[in-house]
Amino acid sequence: MSNSGKALVWLGAGAGLCLVAGLALGLSVPPDARQGDAVRIMFVHVPAAWTAMMAYGLIALCAVVTLVWRHPLADAAAKAAAPLGAVFTALGLVTGSIWGKPMWGAWWVWDARLTSFLLLFLIYLGLIALRHSLDGEARAARASAILALIGAADLPVVEFSVKWWSTLHQGSSLIRAGGPAMAPVYLWPLLSMALGYTLFFLWLWVWRIRIDLLVRSVRRGP
Amino acid sequence: MSAFFAQMRRDVRLAWRAGGIGVALGFFAAVAVLTPLGVGPDPALLVRIGGGVLWLAAMLAALLSLDTLFHADFEDGSLDLIALSSLPLELAALAKIAAHWLCTGLPLAVLALPAAAMFAFPLPAALMLAATLLIGTAAISALGACGAALTLSLRRGALLLPVIVLPLLAPAAIFGSAAVLAALDGVGSGAFLLLSAFSLVALAMSPFAAAAAIRVHLAE
Amino acid sequence: MMTATLTASNLTCVRGGRRLFENLCFSVVGGGIMALTGPNGAGKTSLLRMLAGLLPPAAGDVRIAADGIVAEDAEDRAHLVGWLGCETALKPQLTLREQLGFFAGLYCACGAEQALERFDLTKTADLPARMLSAGQKRRASLARLMLMGRPVWLLDEPLVSLDEEGRGLTRRAIEAHCREGGLAVVAGHDPLELPCRHLHLEGA
Repeated sequence: MSNSGKALVWLGAGAGLCLVAGLALGLSVPPDARQGDAVRIMFVHVPAAWTAMMAYGLIALCAVVTLVWRHPLADAAAKAAAPLGAVFTALGLVTGSIWGKPMWGAWWVWDARLTSFLLLFLIYLGLIALRHSLDGEARAARASAILALIGAADLPVVEFSVKWWSTLHQGSSLIRAGGPAMAPVYLWPLLSMALGYTLFFLWLWVWRIRIDLLVRSVRRGP
Repeated sequence: MSAFFAQMRRDVRLAWRAGGIGVALGFFAAVAVLTPLGVGPDPALLVRIGGGVLWLAAMLAALLSLDTLFHADFEDGSLDLIALSSLPLELAALAKIAAHWLCTGLPLAVLALPAAAMFAFPLPAALMLAATLLIGTAAISALGACGAALTLSLRRGALLLPVIVLPLLAPAAIFGSAAVLAALDGVGSGAFLLLSAFSLVALAMSPFAAAAAIRVHLAE
Repeated sequence: MMTATLTASNLTCVRGGRRLFENLCFSVVGGGIMALTGPNGAGKTSLLRMLAGLLPPAAGDVRIAADGIVAEDAEDRAHLVGWLGCETALKPQLTLREQLGFFAGLYCACGAEQALERFDLTKTADLPARMLSAGQKRRASLARLMLMGRPVWLLDEPLVSLDEEGRGLTRRAIEAHCREGGLAVVAGHDPLELPCRHLHLEGA
């Protein structure tokens, strides 16, 4: 079995284990004093958002490698990560909206975190659309890399501007000076789910890279 | 330096002759007239939404004329000659951004004054709207140029351009309309400074990104 | 003008997965002309773009020496190349005088008026370019090429859509350019009728 084949088995098994454990833990914790059972949505929502951001970070990293070293593997990786990142962003938006209904009484509020995620989703769509419209492997690779880097430079500003625009949102409750503010009962399922999402993302990512490299080699001929 | 101005003068002249300026201004004017017809003539409402609506209209109007920024020069071979000239491609991109701003951003900012009057703006807020457009359209021209350069060989580039560029421009829309709202309420706000900073950074980085994108397209 | 030398070594061109030519080596010295022939799609334009530095070759490199300076990477080479592409690069809305003035500014050159005169374009210089015939536009491109004052001319189909007089003008311009120490690589199907070397691309 090839190295990436072995990695796939381990990633898949790890993702399944972490997700099952996280879900079991998440469903067994006591309901929150304020949010009730709705707090459990956090376990599927927050890791999706983290994974979506991590995916963009990875794309930006691949973009640098593509532009500087022109390595085709980096481009295959960036190409494979973009739709995955978009799907995880969409997952974050949908679960956020489901969480918002009991919390804020509406499916959508223009809360800072949700809004900046919507913009992240649109940036992902732009990246995918550009990739699909360009013909020529080298051209598509380098143009997408340039756009990914412009987006990477712009995203913190977008995030800042949206936060500045709407200060409605409750602050982040995990990363805070003086350790996590969250009760440890909630922390364990959340971390388990976060690890599960990450491994699941990596599993899909390696699959997609493998398929993309195969398609490229077929197109190039023997 | 003379090469830079030659490029800028030629692009301004071209925009003037091709009538691109009129289209952008016409679009902006149409939105300014149609919005009150859609939401009703209540001055209190118009004053609240005016800043945002006019900012969005200006953004879309400026994007409307962006797709030809490099595409036309690519099609007829001018871009090859520009790339081989004594003017570095980065400066050529900056000259084109400057020309686009002169032909859309500047007239839009001027046209914003009568449009603001139609939205029942008091004079200080109208002036603030014009000022934010003057500064903010520079960011639109700059980031728009990046989008135009990335899509320059595409026939459907005009459709793709807003998809790519609009999300990147969210901070400009936020700071711009927030500065106008603050001026309407008569309070100070850092929005105008933030908008200026955003425009400056966009203007400083875009020529490099646009030139890199042009090279990618020329190399196929 | 200075004497220039153009050297291509081991150039390889791959377009859309097809290998158009491989390990192409040649050199042209100042005063020399090379005629590039071959069927459509053989890679003539691609080769010219590679020489100019617009298209990075799949393998190999190009060197241009002029004035004692050796330019190897694309950006340095760009300043030595006079380019005449198959498109005219003229805007229909602008007059010839405006466009030549623009290119003179862009290439930090002077003498737009003389160039117009030399190619018999003074009478039409103030008409928008959309009113001109294909041959007149071609002449304007040649005038622009002269104006640039670059030692290495890369010409893609320079004789196409020109009348006999225009062809004569073009040939004389290439001749004069070479007499001054410049060199020219000319792609095209029309016979050049000038003393030159030939390079025939077979195509894949």
